[in-house]
Amino acid sequence: MTGIPTGRLAVWWVLASEIVIFGGLLGAYIMHRIGHPEWEGQAIHTNVWAGGFNTFVLLSSSLSAVLAHQAAERGDGKSAARLLLLTAAGGATFLIVKAFEWTAEITSGFTIGSNLFWSFYYTAAGLHALHVLAGMVILLFVAATAAKNIELHRVENIGIYWHFVDIVWIFLFPLLYIAK
Amino acid sequence: MTGHAPDATRAPGFVRTYLWSTDHKTIGLQYMLTGMAMALIGAFAAYVFRMQAAFPGASVPLFGRVAAADYNYLVTMHGTIMIFWVAMPVLLAGFGNYLIPLMLGCDDMVFPRVNRLSYQIFFLSSVVLVASFFVPGGAFGGAWTAYPPLSANSAYSMTPFGSTLWLLAVALEFVAFLLGGINFITTTMNSRAPGMKMFDIPIIVWTIMIAAVLFMGSVGPLVAGAVMLLFDQVVGTGFYDPARGGDPVLWQHLFWFFGHPEVYVLLLPAMGIVAEVMVVFARKKLFAYRTIVYSAVATGIISFFVWAHHQFVAGIDPRMASLFSVTTLIISIPVAEMFFAYIATLYGGSIRFSTPMLWALAFVAEFLIGGVTGIFLGSAGSDIYFHDTYFVVAHFHYTFFPIAFLAAFAGITFWFPKMFGRMMNETWGKVHFWGTIIAFNICFIPLFITGTAGDHRRIFDYSMFAELATPEMQSLRILATRALLVTLAFQVVFVVNFVYSLFRGTVAEANPWKANTLEWLAPSPPPHGNFVTMPVVYRGPYEYSVPNRDEDYWPQHEPDEPADPDAPGARRPLQQPA
Amino acid sequence: MISWLLPQASTFASTIDGLVLLIAVIVGVWLILAEVVLFGFIWKYRARDGIRGQYVSGEDRSQKKWVSYPHYAVVVFDIIIIVAALRVWNEVKVAAPPGEEQIRIIAQQWSWTFVHAGPDGKLDTPDDIRTVDDMYVQRDRVYTFELHARDVVHSFSVPAFRLKQDAIPGRVIHGWFRPTREGTFDVQCVEMCGVGHGLMAGRIHIGSAAQYAAWMTEFRTTAATANRITGSTPVADVAAHDHVGTAGGTR
Repeated sequence: MTGIPTGRLAVWWVLASEIVIFGGLLGAYIMHRIGHPEWEGQAIHTNVWAGGFNTFVLLSSSLSAVLAHQAAERGDGKSAARLLLLTAAGGATFLIVKAFEWTAEITSGFTIGSNLFWSFYYTAAGLHALHVLAGMVILLFVAATAAKNIELHRVENIGIYWHFVDIVWIFLFPLLYIAK
Repeated sequence: MTGHAPDATRAPGFVRTYLWSTDHKTIGLQYMLTGMAMALIGAFAAYVFRMQAAFPGASVPLFGRVAAADYNYLVTMHGTIMIFWVAMPVLLAGFGNYLIPLMLGCDDMVFPRVNRLSYQIFFLSSVVLVASFFVPGGAFGGAWTAYPPLSANSAYSMTPFGSTLWLLAVALEFVAFLLGGINFITTTMNSRAPGMKMFDIPIIVWTIMIAAVLFMGSVGPLVAGAVMLLFDQVVGTGFYDPARGGDPVLWQHLFWFFGHPEVYVLLLPAMGIVAEVMVVFARKKLFAYRTIVYSAVATGIISFFVWAHHQFVAGIDPRMASLFSVTTLIISIPVAEMFFAYIATLYGGSIRFSTPMLWALAFVAEFLIGGVTGIFLGSAGSDIYFHDTYFVVAHFHYTFFPIAFLAAFAGITFWFPKMFGRMMNETWGKVHFWGTIIAFNICFIPLFITGTAGDHRRIFDYSMFAELATPEMQSLRILATRALLVTLAFQVVFVVNFVYSLFRGTVAEANPWKANTLEWLAPSPPPHGNFVTMPVVYRGPYEYSVPNRDEDYWPQHEPDEPADPDAPGARRPLQQPA
Repeated sequence: MISWLLPQASTFASTIDGLVLLIAVIVGVWLILAEVVLFGFIWKYRARDGIRGQYVSGEDRSQKKWVSYPHYAVVVFDIIIIVAALRVWNEVKVAAPPGEEQIRIIAQQWSWTFVHAGPDGKLDTPDDIRTVDDMYVQRDRVYTFELHARDVVHSFSVPAFRLKQDAIPGRVIHGWFRPTREGTFDVQCVEMCGVGHGLMAGRIHIGSAAQYAAWMTEFRTTAATANRITGSTPVADVAAHDHVGTAGGTR
C-alpha cells in the first residue's frame, strides 16, 4: 500500500530502531566527553591510522554493496553474489584490523575498565563490530541465494543495512579517534 | 481451543499448531496466555508484600516471614512483571498479533517466522526472569526503575546474580518486542485488504501501530543504557559510578526517556480495545474518528518530551523541571480530547451492558481518576511533596490497572468468541466484573490517603516512622490489603469462567456481536489463513445505526447497496487518499 | 488538605498545600463533571426496545464543538495549574532566600549523618557537630543545606516540611528550608536504596533558640571527641571529592 516493498520497509524500521540505540550511546558519550575535557589524554592513545584504514575499507565495501545492488537490478545474481562476497571480505578486513588494534591497546593497559573513555570506546566500537559481524553473516546468506538467482530483492535490503553500519562508523571514527 | 485449524497444504501436528506455529493467531494467544501466567506471579508478589505491609512481621500464608530483602524483590518483581510481562505481552503483542491481520483482512503478518522468533525470545526472557528468583543472593530488589549505583554494584544491592538476570531478561524482552513491532508496522502499512484506506483502519490497529512506533523510538537509548549497566555489573566499567567519572543520573534519563512513552505504549492499545468495544455495544459510530487518530499521534509525539517529570526532585536543573512540567500538562490535552470523544460516542447510543461493555465503560470511568491525579504529579510544585509516596502508587494503579486489566478483560471477553469459537458465560462475567471493580477501588482509594499523609514507597515496615506508624494509617493499609485479597479472589471467577467457556461455552457464530470490522467475517475461530474468501473493504469500521437501513450495523466488507448511494457512510467519491 | 493529616512545619508547607488544594478543586470539578456526563449518557442511552442509536459522525464542526469547547477549557485550566505550580516550584527549589544557618546532610546505606555548622556558623571547621539520624534546627531560621550521598541514590524527605530532594552520589545538591513549628518530625529516605531502605529513618528536632543552644552545648562535649577521631572520615572525603563533579547539580 505504501508502494515500498515489505522487506525494504522492514529494513528501514530496523534501522530506525538501531539509530536510537546508537544515538543513545553516542549521546551519552558526547555529554560525558564535554564534561570531561581531560579524556583527551586518553583519546591520544587511539590509533588514528588503523581507524582511518578501517574507514576506507568500510567505505569501499559499501561501494561493492551498491554495485551488487546494480547487478541484482540487472538480474545478474552471479555477479551480485560475487560483489556481496567482496563486501563481506571488507567486513572481515575491518574486524581483523580491529582485532590487532584492540590487542595492542589492551596489552598497553587500556582495557574497558581502565577509564570511562575506554569504556565508551570499547562499548561503542564493540557494539558496532557486532553489527559488522551480523551484517557479514547475512551477506553470506544473501550471496548464497543470489548466486542461485533467487530472492534478488534481498541484495538491496542487505545493502541498505550495510550502508547503515558504514554510517555508524563514520560517526564513531571522529568521535572516538579524531577528537583529541 | 476447539478443532484446530486446517492448513492449506498439510495438517500440522500438535507442536506445529500450538508451540512452533507461525500463525499470528497462535502467537497472539501464546503471548496472551504467557502474560496471564506471569500475571499470577505478579499478583502473588503483590499479595505477599501487601500482607507484610498490613501485618508487619506476621508469617504470610504460602510464603512465610517477609524479610526486608524479600519485600524489596517482591515489589521490584511485581512492577517489572506487571508492566513488561503482563501489560506488554497481553495488550500489545497478544491483541496486536491476534487482531492486526484479521482486522486488516490479510492472512497473516508479513514476517511470520520473525513473529515466531519474537515470541520465542519473549518466552526465553520470562524464563530468565523467573529463574532470577532462585539464584544465590535472590532476585533483584532495587525497584523496577533499577537506579544505579544500587543496580550497578552488587556490594550495594547484595544480589550479584539477581541484578544481572533481571537486566538480561528485560533486554531480551525488548528485543522480542522490537521484532514484533517491526511486523506490526510493516503489516499495517503494506497488507491491508483492498479498499481499506488509511481512515478505514480500526482504531485499535492505529493505536497498536502508534504504540509500536513509540516503543521503537524510545527503547533504543535504554538498550544502550542496559548494555552500559551490564558492563558496570559484569566487567567493572564505571558508566554510572561517579567516583570514576560516570553519572548515575544518566541512567535515569535513559530509563525515563523510554519509561514515559512506555506508559502510552500501553495506554494506546487499551484505548483502542475500549473504542472497538464501545462502538459495538453502543451501536454508535465512533465520535470524531479522525480527531481520535490525530490525538493518538499527538500523544505519542509529546510523550517523548515529558520524561523528566519523573526526576523533578532527582537533582536535575530546576529550570528543566519547569519545562517538563509544561510538556507534561500539554500531554493532558490530547489524552483528554480522546476521552471526551469516547464519552461523546455514547451520546445517542443504544447501550447494551454485556460484560465487555461493562469493562470498557469502567475503563473510562476509572482511568479518568488516574488521569486527573496525574496532574498533581506533573505539576512540579506539588510533586515535591507527592513524589515517591503512595499517592504515586495509587495514581499509576488507577492508570495501569484499567489499562492492563480492565481493557484487557474487555478485549478478552469481547474477542473470546472469535478466538475460541465459544461464548463466555455472561453471568459469571458480570460477577467477576463487579467483584473486581468494587474491590479495586477499595484497595487503592485508601492508598491515596496514606500517600497524602506521607507514606513513602517500598517500605516493609513503618514502625521506624513515628508519623506513619499510627493505628489509623495501619487500618487504612489493612483495608487496602483486604480489598486486594478480594480482588485476587474474584480473579478465580475469571479463570474458571475462561476454562469452562473454552470447553463448554455456547458455540459462537462468526459475528455474535453484530460488529463491523473484518475479523467478524472470518469463521470463529478463524482457520490458518483467516478468511474463506479474502475481504474487500467498502467503508469505515464504525458504520452503526446508519439511517434507512434494516440492520443497525454495516460491515466493512459488505458491498454498497446500489439503491442508496447517498446513504451516510457509503463510500463517497472524494474519500481521503491513503 | 494535607494539613488535616500532617502538620505544616516549614514556610513552604502551606504554599505546597495551597497548590495541592487548588489543583484538587480544579481537577475535582472536572472529574466529577466528566463522570456525571459519562454516567448520565450510560443511563440515558441504555438500550430500549424500538429505539435505534443515532448516526453521529462527530466530524462536523457543529458536533465537534461538544468535544472541543470543553477541551479549550481544559487548556485554560492547564495554564492556571502550570502558573501556580511553577510559582511554587520556584519558591521551593529555585529562589532561595539568603541562608542564616548551614547544614550538611549525608545519606548512606542506611543512615543519615547531619553536620551542624556549630557556633561559628561555618562548615568544615573544628567546631562542627555531627549527629546521626537526628537533626537539630532552630525555629524561624533560614537553613541552607547541602546534600551528599556516599554510595547509592537516596532521597531526603521531611513530610512535615513538604520537602523532598534526591541525594545523588557524586553531586552536591543545595536546598533550603525555614522551620516554623517546634517539635520532632520524621525524616524519610524515599528512594529505594537497598535492603535497609525501610529502616533509613531519621528525625528532625526543631527547637527555640534557647533549646537549640542547649542541644548544641550538650553535643559539643561529646562531639568534640568524636570530631578529633573522625577528622578525616569519609564524610570529609565526600565533601572534598564532591566539589569536582557538580556540573549538573542544582543551583
